[in-house]
Amino acid sequence: MTSVTYHDVRLMEPAKTRNYLNVDYGFFSWLLTKDHKRIAILYMISISVMFILGGFFAMMMRLELLTPQGDLLTSDTYNRFFTLHGIIMIFFFLIPSIPAVLGNFLLPLMLGAKDLAFPRINLLSWYLYIIGAFVGLVVIITGGVDTGWTFYTPFSTQYSNTHVFGTTLGAFIVGFSSILTGLNFLVTVHRMRAPGLTWFRLPLFVWAIYATSIVQLLATPVLAITLVMLMFERVAHVGIFDPALGGDPLLYQHMFWFYSHPAVYIMILPGMGVASEVVAAFTRKKIFGYKFVAFSSLAIAFLGFLVWAHHMFVAGISVYSAMIFSFLSMFVAVPSAIKVFNWTATLYKGSVSWQTPMLYILGFIGLFTIGGVTGIFLASLGIDVHVTDTYFVVAHFHYIMVGGAVMAYFAGLHYWWPKITGRMYPEWWARLAALLVFIGFNLTFFPQFILGYVGMPRRYHAYAPEFQVLNVMSTAGASVLAVGYLLPLIYLLWSLRFGPKAGPNPWGAVGLEWATTSPPPKDNFHETPAVTWDAYDYPAFLTAMGETQHV
Amino acid sequence: MLLIPDVPLWPKEASTIAPHTDALFIFLCVVTGAMALFIFVTIFYLAIVYRRRPDNELAQEGEAPKFLELAWIVAPFIFFMVCFVWGAWLYFRISRVPDNALQVYGTGKQWMWKFQHPSGQREINELHVPVNRPVKITLASEDVIHSLFVPAFRVKMDVLPNRYKTMWFQATKVGRYHLFCAEYCGTLHSQMVGWIDVMEPTDYELWLAGGSEGSLASQGQALFQHYACNTCHTEDKSGRGPILTGVYGSTVALNDGQKVVADDNYVRESILNPQAKIVAGFGPIMPTFQGQVSEEDLLKLLAYVKSLAQAASPSAVASPNVAPPATPVRRQGKGK
Repeated sequence: MTSVTYHDVRLMEPAKTRNYLNVDYGFFSWLLTKDHKRIAILYMISISVMFILGGFFAMMMRLELLTPQGDLLTSDTYNRFFTLHGIIMIFFFLIPSIPAVLGNFLLPLMLGAKDLAFPRINLLSWYLYIIGAFVGLVVIITGGVDTGWTFYTPFSTQYSNTHVFGTTLGAFIVGFSSILTGLNFLVTVHRMRAPGLTWFRLPLFVWAIYATSIVQLLATPVLAITLVMLMFERVAHVGIFDPALGGDPLLYQHMFWFYSHPAVYIMILPGMGVASEVVAAFTRKKIFGYKFVAFSSLAIAFLGFLVWAHHMFVAGISVYSAMIFSFLSMFVAVPSAIKVFNWTATLYKGSVSWQTPMLYILGFIGLFTIGGVTGIFLASLGIDVHVTDTYFVVAHFHYIMVGGAVMAYFAGLHYWWPKITGRMYPEWWARLAALLVFIGFNLTFFPQFILGYVGMPRRYHAYAPEFQVLNVMSTAGASVLAVGYLLPLIYLLWSLRFGPKAGPNPWGAVGLEWATTSPPPKDNFHETPAVTWDAYDYPAFLTAMGETQHV
Repeated sequence: MLLIPDVPLWPKEASTIAPHTDALFIFLCVVTGAMALFIFVTIFYLAIVYRRRPDNELAQEGEAPKFLELAWIVAPFIFFMVCFVWGAWLYFRISRVPDNALQVYGTGKQWMWKFQHPSGQREINELHVPVNRPVKITLASEDVIHSLFVPAFRVKMDVLPNRYKTMWFQATKVGRYHLFCAEYCGTLHSQMVGWIDVMEPTDYELWLAGGSEGSLASQGQALFQHYACNTCHTEDKSGRGPILTGVYGSTVALNDGQKVVADDNYVRESILNPQAKIVAGFGPIMPTFQGQVSEEDLLKLLAYVKSLAQAASPSAVASPNVAPPATPVRRQGKGK
């Protein structure tokens, strides 16, 4: 076994090597592939379709909310649209986004492995996702569903006359995709690390994905159980949640949030991992407090299981259990704060580049901070009574999920685009898009904090006239945001053909994924790498490279 | 730019709770705003000072001092604990119903709010209450989960189909305030809205004196006979069921040795699911009334059972530490 050093990377001629994209052609070479990189591409295409669909529903809602009267859509249509927006964006876009696309592509590369531990299970995960998504699409085409993505009982089991069964079946199936991906990643991190790649030499993205996988594996089965119970009650009238049948609606909320709160961390933890990678690469510096950042991911995964009832402070839990859940929710904010401060401190004495991935991540840190501190508002019991179920909550979780997770996904997409495709995206357009997303996002969602405190409840098809001005601002922002999201779709596709060739390591970044050609060969590395350096060992790396490879 | 007079950027502040909620909210805004601003300014400052230049291609030697790590674990934690304690204190205050509160009953159903006053008035999507007097609403749902939300009072409570929930407020300003359903409940969720009319006590008295169908308790008494409850729950020991006089608010010994306080939810459960808690010395013979009594009628029956307790011994019902009500308590049930 010989070790690959960075000197060797420079000598590789990317054009002459067969890579995972041109090693094989044809429809079935993709549909039956066991290559984690091709499966990542399959996921990327699928979730992009879902993102566009979910975005369409969001845009229709924002247009409806331009005026206080419910005039563009009927109440039933509006209710279906916000439900489908939530279900598509959460189950079919955000949860698979970073883990299934970037995680799938990068995890074996970062570990110096040829593939994931279970390549066939990986393909199965994608098929489960596709089956779940197909069921979801059938539901949409045949009339949709109007329960909200939370499926609260007894509305979902006894009162809604839309396709609750089909939708929950789709979510149930896609859940197994998530479970199997988590399992695959866990085993891969434990068993497939390259020689010398000890736990504390792992990139922080791997730590984040590892923590995410634990949550996926342990929490998603609870969702599956809950949805099966819901389906049973709806179809067979077995009394579990509906009081008319002897059940308890609060039981449903406990079970649902036991999954769905940790699910928030399934969405944001991988984003934090991307942030660590990008901050290190674009400051050329080791992340400040590496171990704190690594363990804070595990702490978030663990504490995330203990805070679910903070969604239920006015739902009918006792004052004392509310107090305990508020207390624990405050704890989960600490590891998130650690990460934000450590990223900031990494900039100190760094070589900070303002290229697109870094712009997205600077935006991510800012928006995640706002999303995080408004979480403190909601965890604080007395405030939650007033703002829960209002637009304040809507703004809060969009700051975490769109300002956080989606910004990080776009950062990662741009950062690893040259590795994935072998091509550079157009930098100027990309910076413009990043700026538009940032401005559009804030204009859309910041007014919603005010709207919520003033008292506008969420999921309202028509609203009191005094709320209109803030809603108009929000809709204007959403239009800017839509343009910001459409631009990358265009220029990234453009770059596939016209983008300049990237070379193995266009950023001068450290990490095993940059120690192979772009795009990587089918088996990732020409020779199994042996790792002798710590994560983000930039000084040693740049000295070795003689500073020749900056963009 | 937002000086348009009709655009509220702050909700009306019209209850005793509202100033406390606002104080905590402003505290949170100031501290987290300062924290976020500090982070943004630091990021921009560092990203500009240490931007990549020909003489700064490599990161420089040296890191931020290590003690910072501890500082930004401890400092936010202390702040979070302050938020927790303050928030919990406020939550207790919102949860604890004053003993002298005026009782109102509310029912949520797709898609309207119905309110019943002890004196018998009924309203839909509108609730009249006196100013400067605690008002307690006992809430039930006829179908799905709803949530009663009054932004001007900073209170909200989910309304469940299988138990009574209680919410209270004390309005401090006369006026009309929005009342919303905050828990998504189906097609016309956004139409399940109404108004709370806060009135001067004298106006409120006048409003109460308007027509009604007799007090809620007397309507409950009629139902008590309609459902033939009185055949078993007699006024002496000859009946097959327990005597209900004086039961409400007292501690009841059960068959299995447990003791429970006979509160709203106990009465409700005893009507809908009589087998759940059987009073010591009685058999499980009462049939269920699940599905036969509407939520509104249940509230009437509850009002009647409550009135039996008051009839038995007024002093036993009011807990000993009750402060005298702010305004004279109106006698329940005009002329009954």
